[in-house]
Amino acid sequence: MKKKLLALLLALGMGASLAACGGGGGTTTESPAGGESTPPATETTPAGGEETTPATSGDVITVGFAQVGHESDWRTASTKSAQDVFSAENGYELSFVDCDNDSAAQLEAVRNFIQQGVDYIIIDPIVSTGWDAVLTECEDAGIPVIVIDRTIDDSDKYVSWVGSDFKVEGLACGEWLKAYAEDKGITEINALVIEGSTGASATIGRTDGFKEIADREGWTILASQTGDFTEAGGQEVMESYCQSYAGQFNVVICQNDNEAAGAMTAMDNAGVTYGVGGDVILVSFDANKPYVQMVMEGKINANFECNPMAAPTVAEIIQQLEAGETPEKEIYVTESWFVAEDNVSTITVNGEEQECIYVTQEVLDARPY
Amino acid sequence: MSNVKKLTQKRLFLPVFCMILVLCINMVYDLASGSNFYSFFEITLTNGLLSGRLINILNRGSEVAILAIGMTLVVSASAGTDISVGSVMSLCASFCCMLVAGFGVSSVSSAEEFAMPLAVGLIGALLMGCLCGAFNGSLVAYLNIQPMVATLILWSAARAIGLLLCNNLIVYIRVPEFGVFGGYIGPIPTPIIIAAVCVAVISVVLKKTAMGMYVQSVGINKKASRIAGLNSKRIIFVCYLICGLCAGIAGIVASSRITSADSNNIGLDMELDAILAVALGGNSLGGGKFNLAGSIIGAYTIQAITTTMYNMGVSSAVTPVFKAIVVIVIVAVQAPPLKAWFKKRAAAKAVAQKGVASV
Repeated sequence: MKKKLLALLLALGMGASLAACGGGGGTTTESPAGGESTPPATETTPAGGEETTPATSGDVITVGFAQVGHESDWRTASTKSAQDVFSAENGYELSFVDCDNDSAAQLEAVRNFIQQGVDYIIIDPIVSTGWDAVLTECEDAGIPVIVIDRTIDDSDKYVSWVGSDFKVEGLACGEWLKAYAEDKGITEINALVIEGSTGASATIGRTDGFKEIADREGWTILASQTGDFTEAGGQEVMESYCQSYAGQFNVVICQNDNEAAGAMTAMDNAGVTYGVGGDVILVSFDANKPYVQMVMEGKINANFECNPMAAPTVAEIIQQLEAGETPEKEIYVTESWFVAEDNVSTITVNGEEQECIYVTQEVLDARPY
Repeated sequence: MSNVKKLTQKRLFLPVFCMILVLCINMVYDLASGSNFYSFFEITLTNGLLSGRLINILNRGSEVAILAIGMTLVVSASAGTDISVGSVMSLCASFCCMLVAGFGVSSVSSAEEFAMPLAVGLIGALLMGCLCGAFNGSLVAYLNIQPMVATLILWSAARAIGLLLCNNLIVYIRVPEFGVFGGYIGPIPTPIIIAAVCVAVISVVLKKTAMGMYVQSVGINKKASRIAGLNSKRIIFVCYLICGLCAGIAGIVASSRITSADSNNIGLDMELDAILAVALGGNSLGGGKFNLAGSIIGAYTIQAITTTMYNMGVSSAVTPVFKAIVVIVIVAVQAPPLKAWFKKRAAAKAVAQKGVASV
């Protein structure tokens, strides 16, 4: 009997802690009347250089934002960007919902926004289909919807989509490598690719972009396997590469920062040198701050940004709509390319000249995430 | 002939056979691709560290092997699986890193910045594992909840709790002292040593005490065991406790490999690998008799398949298909009807031979 009681107590205890966790996902409304609320990180202009213009009209613009969840540093930066831009100081009131990767919860959140009668709805869709019904409801209610980051495939009842062009990231990577190799007098490129999660749009775009340049230049891609966007995955794949292709490769492309960290550990263990002055050119994507620092330290040769700061662009769209203009349907956020040496300063991607930023302490300090 | 028969009738024959089969695929592949047939089995000392495919299998398979120990006991005693182990791994790793780094701190790069000594973090992680195991155990043993339902709770909750403990961040502890558990001691990868110690300890306990017998007896018939004087409930409880502890150890290894607590990804889907390891080891998921060595071999077989895929450079998109085919073959070979068919054929052959001899 005593034991049953103990078991019950244990169960209750766990249950209580569960309930406590459940509370985290709820709606948090940024109230505009925050007496001594701190100003948003005084416009550390996010990479591209869009200044966030405060709302011109005297009215407060209410914005509902249904975010995917909080699964990565990147996502956290995306959320923070929205909270900074749509602050009370800038004349907005933000209803933020963290949907915890639950697509049903996200639909529910959007319907709630309609009931609240917000002025604009921002959605980062967890899944790309099943949106037509709820977007029609938004249209009927006269609320413009702006989609960011991920895409909606089965409906076009939104104003604009704002996000990254992953293929351009891959192309930029290839173009930089070409220029870098020419400068260093490297004639033969034997690359190993550690891909992201199979089927993810970032994986597909970055793989296609890089492969396009590799095919054009006649480079050898020795192998291309998935590391699932995780450090453990990158480590395991690289460990295997080091054995299969010992001494045969001179370029390693990691499709995100975490994989690059794993690859570095594996190469350290195998005694392969990388980065500036090393045998292997290491390239990464995403460019989170700690990894931009590694570019500065010369551990990573180049890092291609995937910009999570969609919010400033969204704010521009909202201002355009307020002014009665029609924004473009697809808008790409500006992204930067960070390099560890100053031998390549510009590259031409899709016929457009782009700058490669040589990372210094000032560049690093100016990074918002 | 009789020697072969003796060999094939050993309980471990099939699991070992499957393992060798997987390894042989590599030999054939290496020969076909023009390298030495033994290149898969080559072990070299690179940069002062042991390296080679076999080492990779032993190293990377450690977590699943450790989990398989606990899972075997749970399956045997309660005729159900503990599907929470992967999430519990993640929770333990997060708890350990949270204790060491301090709450809300996302990165620690030297031992001076530790909020608490490393030992506290490690012990905390193990205790957290035990706590989760005790929770599962009490639900299953004392409240008679179906094991899968009972462990479903932590399967979904533990990872979320881990994320909360880490303040939704990946907590980095880039310190060599922490990295050693997933790194190397001398030339040998530490996870291999940890897995070996775990297996050794539990084997000794099972061999030297009556625990192994108790667990099997409870698994075969809970009521009869109780009437015979065994405390069935406590035995089931202890099995889950050990399973939780194993998850804690595996969590420390996984997080030390990447010197961080990546709550979203540590131990992801690993409960399925652990269950598969038990099945590949020739154990019935219906409980009762178990074979720990089989489970361990099963765990390394799973890793051998993964490493084989890397060795053959199979493109990542089709890897799951290959894995599935290999697993189907292994499980089918061990299925009772097929086994019976083999036996029947062997018997018929023996009769025929006898007939020939008598003529």
